[in-house]
Amino acid sequence: MDFTIDSEQLDLVKAVRGLVTKVYDSSETRRAATNTEHGFTAWEQLAEMGVLSLPFEATPAEVSLVAEELGKVIAPDPFVEAVVLAGGLIASVGTEEQQEQYLDAIAEGSVLSVFAWAEPGKAWSTEPGVTFANGRLNGVKAPVIQAERADLLVVSAKTDAGTGLFLVTEGYTAETERTHDGSRAATVTFTDTPAVPLGAGGDESVAIERALNLARIAYGHEALGAMQVALDITVNYLKTRKQFGVTLNKFQALTFRAADMYVALELARSAITWATIVAADEGSTDAEVAAAASHSAIQVARAGRHIALDAIQLHGGIGMTAEYSVGHYASRILAIEQIIGDEAFHNERLAATVGDHDVFDPIG
Amino acid sequence: MRLQLSPEDQKFREEMREFFTTQVPERIRNKVLARQELSKEEFVESQQILNAAGLAVPGWPVEWGGQDWSQLQRHIWHEEMQLAGVPQPLPFNAGMVGPVIAAFGSQELKERFLAKTANIDIWWSQGFSEPDAGSDLAGLRTTAIREGDEYIVNGQKTWTTLGQYGDWIFMLVRTDPKAAKKQEGISFLLIDMTTPGVTVRPIELIDGGFEVNEVFFENVRVPAENLVGEENKGWTYAKFLLGNERVGIAQVGASQRHLATAKSIAKERGVLERYAARIVTLENELLALETTALRVAAHSDGGKPHPASSVLKIKGSQLTQAVSELLMDLEGPAALTSHDSRVFLNNRKVSIYGGSNEVQRTIIAGTILGL
Repeated sequence: MDFTIDSEQLDLVKAVRGLVTKVYDSSETRRAATNTEHGFTAWEQLAEMGVLSLPFEATPAEVSLVAEELGKVIAPDPFVEAVVLAGGLIASVGTEEQQEQYLDAIAEGSVLSVFAWAEPGKAWSTEPGVTFANGRLNGVKAPVIQAERADLLVVSAKTDAGTGLFLVTEGYTAETERTHDGSRAATVTFTDTPAVPLGAGGDESVAIERALNLARIAYGHEALGAMQVALDITVNYLKTRKQFGVTLNKFQALTFRAADMYVALELARSAITWATIVAADEGSTDAEVAAAASHSAIQVARAGRHIALDAIQLHGGIGMTAEYSVGHYASRILAIEQIIGDEAFHNERLAATVGDHDVFDPIG
Repeated sequence: MRLQLSPEDQKFREEMREFFTTQVPERIRNKVLARQELSKEEFVESQQILNAAGLAVPGWPVEWGGQDWSQLQRHIWHEEMQLAGVPQPLPFNAGMVGPVIAAFGSQELKERFLAKTANIDIWWSQGFSEPDAGSDLAGLRTTAIREGDEYIVNGQKTWTTLGQYGDWIFMLVRTDPKAAKKQEGISFLLIDMTTPGVTVRPIELIDGGFEVNEVFFENVRVPAENLVGEENKGWTYAKFLLGNERVGIAQVGASQRHLATAKSIAKERGVLERYAARIVTLENELLALETTALRVAAHSDGGKPHPASSVLKIKGSQLTQAVSELLMDLEGPAALTSHDSRVFLNNRKVSIYGGSNEVQRTIIAGTILGL
């Protein structure tokens, strides 16, 4: 097993970092961007750089490296949601014609697609209550991230053949709300909404699971980037903030908590990166990628909450303010967990098969 | 990034697995897998089998019996050894004093000690901690006063693990009581434990076992040639040694093996479902630990441990404890008389020794985070 990245990957990281740290040069710029009409402002430049075509042309390794850079500045641009997940489904399930129609447009940034799969009261279950019959969709999806801004919805729905995927461009209502991390999500209601099957129109549950798992792994890196910066900001604060006439790093009660955050971060980095390596390995089965996604998500949930919440606590009152950055990092880390599934959900997935193997061996 | 082992590393792993599971007697391995204590003879027998095959001290310089392996291969060696229940080469010999002598000792000391140390012809004990020098190791007070071509050693060491078997003891002693900083007056000295004036007294631990000792030194005369490296440079060598100690301390393979045992016990007793979430959490944390160990290994060059090795110490010790806790809990009321309760109590030590986990946090906060 080898964790090193090659020089091309390093160049990609540098280029993306250069772009997003310019567009989102501070927490305030980022916050201002979330208040614009679209809610994000790096999209066109990411498209120009070729980043939005990476999920179709490169491996999960490159996707994860990009996601981590976006996480470091908590860029509100829906890279994983729109390109990795929705775009990934079109790439894996779509007919040749559908791929031609949409993939280039997604890569160019002219079409924003999102995957509507979650439903009210169903947590992270992928069993849809929304139905498809006679070319029409009926039911409710929520939350659908960036639905209002989306040009194209990929919708999972129940059919006679199982769980199918459908493309929708109009004929639905989207009631949008702000999410706690500054993004937007909608309750989307389909009432006899015209829809066309994505792909051949059969049961696509396997493709859906795989796409969600790949997205979970990419999201893991976005969370990892945010965790890293949340810790960096906190460490810097401990070195500069004075109370009782000394900087906070003179208090062992505080530095030990920072040390524990570092331990959590490094362990999470290893497990999440391992998940990417599993996803990038062509020999990995769907079940292996699913397990890797769950292991990664458990680290996001545990390390994420630990780091995000202690980052606020170690700042004291200033960490509570919207003007200061650390709370936004905490909010984003929490939001990613809420999107990809919490510890209980992923623990249950893994527990179902925990008795089937002897020693769990992460090396292929 | 690559998941699969290369064909060479895969072959290496199979060779290690084959060797460990066929060449080391099953009666010894079964004792390790059942978490029982080994006798001195069993430690020696196992290590000599490894040493004959060049597998006891792969991390040493090649000319002294080491192997020209990659860090990944060293990881595989360690992992496969633990998975097979092969006792690790005696840490005091293979992981502590051997590397120090090889790195800092004179040619004469190397020739005199290294081969015997690898083959456990000499059983080494560790003389570092003192009653008033635990985490604050540099506060040690045992003195070695130069008199002609001898040092006269007086003082007391403690927590000397398996000191009852010790032939020789490697010591940190104070050779310059007037040094400006307490770290500066310390030397690294080798003492034959049969020398007059050396007394070993066992300490009973909370599990009822006697694995550690106090060692007393009363006017012990030690030839000056037994000094390792330079006088008053012992602290440098001790830091080198403790850094090495932290790398092996993660015990990933052993925790994985014991967790798999816990799982099969849970299945046998029909309680797998009750413990499944806890087992998943432990497997998840072991995954993070092992992949971190691989990352740390990949970035350790020139035998110098990565500062993140403190992460391995903290998490590795916590998981050793958590797995033994699970094994104990699975016993139900039978835990009252079960060996597993004693192992659990005994394992409190792993977050204390090798630089307590609080010392590791201090290292992380200071060295890594710059706090």
